[in-house]
Amino acid sequence: MMKAPVGGAKHHQLLLPSSTALALAIALLSPSQAYAAGTRAGTTISNTASASYDTGGGPQTIDSNRVDLRVDELLDVTVATGNPSDVPTTPGATGQVLTYTVTNTGNGQEAFGLSTIANVGGDDYDPVVTQLYIDNGDGVFDASTDTLYTPGANDPVLNPDQSARIFVLSTTPGTVTDGNRGIVTLVAAAKTGTGAPGTSFAGQGEGGGDAVVGSTGADGQDNGAYRVAAATVSLVKSASIVDPFGGSEPVPGATITYTITATVAGTGSVSGLAITDNIPADTAYATGSITLGGSPLTDAADADAGDYNGSRIRVQLGTVAGGQTRTVTFRTRIN
Amino acid sequence: MRKLLLLLLAALAPAPAVAADQVALDNSVFVERVSTDANGKERILLEEPTVVVPGDKLVFVLAYRNAGAQPADKFVITNPMPAAVRFADAGNGPVVSVDGGKQWGTLDTLTIASADGTRRAAQPADVTHIRWAFQKPIPVGGSGKLMFRGVVK
Repeated sequence: MMKAPVGGAKHHQLLLPSSTALALAIALLSPSQAYAAGTRAGTTISNTASASYDTGGGPQTIDSNRVDLRVDELLDVTVATGNPSDVPTTPGATGQVLTYTVTNTGNGQEAFGLSTIANVGGDDYDPVVTQLYIDNGDGVFDASTDTLYTPGANDPVLNPDQSARIFVLSTTPGTVTDGNRGIVTLVAAAKTGTGAPGTSFAGQGEGGGDAVVGSTGADGQDNGAYRVAAATVSLVKSASIVDPFGGSEPVPGATITYTITATVAGTGSVSGLAITDNIPADTAYATGSITLGGSPLTDAADADAGDYNGSRIRVQLGTVAGGQTRTVTFRTRIN
Repeated sequence: MRKLLLLLLAALAPAPAVAADQVALDNSVFVERVSTDANGKERILLEEPTVVVPGDKLVFVLAYRNAGAQPADKFVITNPMPAAVRFADAGNGPVVSVDGGKQWGTLDTLTIASADGTRRAAQPADVTHIRWAFQKPIPVGGSGKLMFRGVVK
């Protein structure tokens, strides 16, 4: 019970110590829960006023009746993509991960159902969503430690202001081409119910009050997108001949210089790219003649990229990004 | 000092039954809702607080009445703000406290200490208590209503 200081303005100074002590005690007993979402559902708001007066027999104090209000539950949720830029993928790739954050912006504990929309439009193709996972808290997708989501079975339950990170795994169709974009929308909806703001679910709020749909409609969504980063390789081979007589006739003893140019096009890159060429019949490989980008390579299978094994030359180029070219040359002599 | 002790005892002891017969203080709370009628005009309605969610505007009404046989002098009504309610406004009548009832004044005269030792002007959200101190006695049979607004945090 809160007692206010009694008496008129003159007496305030005398009585302040007791008032202060009581006020502090009350402040300590009722920690205020500072949620961005507001007062926690089920909290009781109690109000009591007091009056002091003097009818001639000395100061008296009375309390008013106490009014108790129970705070009802607001149902609110937001979804935000964790991928500010498009996630690169390749045609036919599986297990491509998009990340989202679902936040309970209401004031009560609530379970949220998750679903995805892959045919939203405004993009070039529809990713095929295969699984949703609930992050274990480390922010990194790992199928062995994160929880596979099954709608209705393990809907994430969030306290006010609490977030869950959701991983959406998709397969990229094999038919997509470089630069294609595919959007996936993640939708989170309060299990208690959704609807127009103000829609009320009697008795279904945390703490026994009502649940009331908040400004978000009790559901939220956001888009994440993949962008296909594919690359194609084209090879162009040419030959030039120098004969022993200063001409360019393909006669015995003439030297043929082969030039193979690999051009990688597209926004992606190719990995494990290797150029292999068999030495034509009736010609002999000119020892130590492999070059890459004008620099000589040894014939041995060693640290450098080139080798000759007696029947073919090979230059292992590794990963080459779109827009780049690699030029390999080698020589043979006509027998 | 003896007077102070007596006053403290009076403050801490349950109010005598006779006091309730003399002065009554009734407290009621409403939710303020804005509805728009068919003509697009906004109307403010005070409803019973059946559903209350964060952000709702509450209107606290304190009705007092002197039912006793003597005028009630030095009449002071104090209302601590409930922890989950942020003070909004109360018109020009009352004084407020922003420090749990140590100092009182109109809001524009009060300041709050910041962490760095400076003081800033008090805001409505800082209010911890509201108080009406009547200059004149409440006559026998006199009554009235006081009001303040708050927002559910």
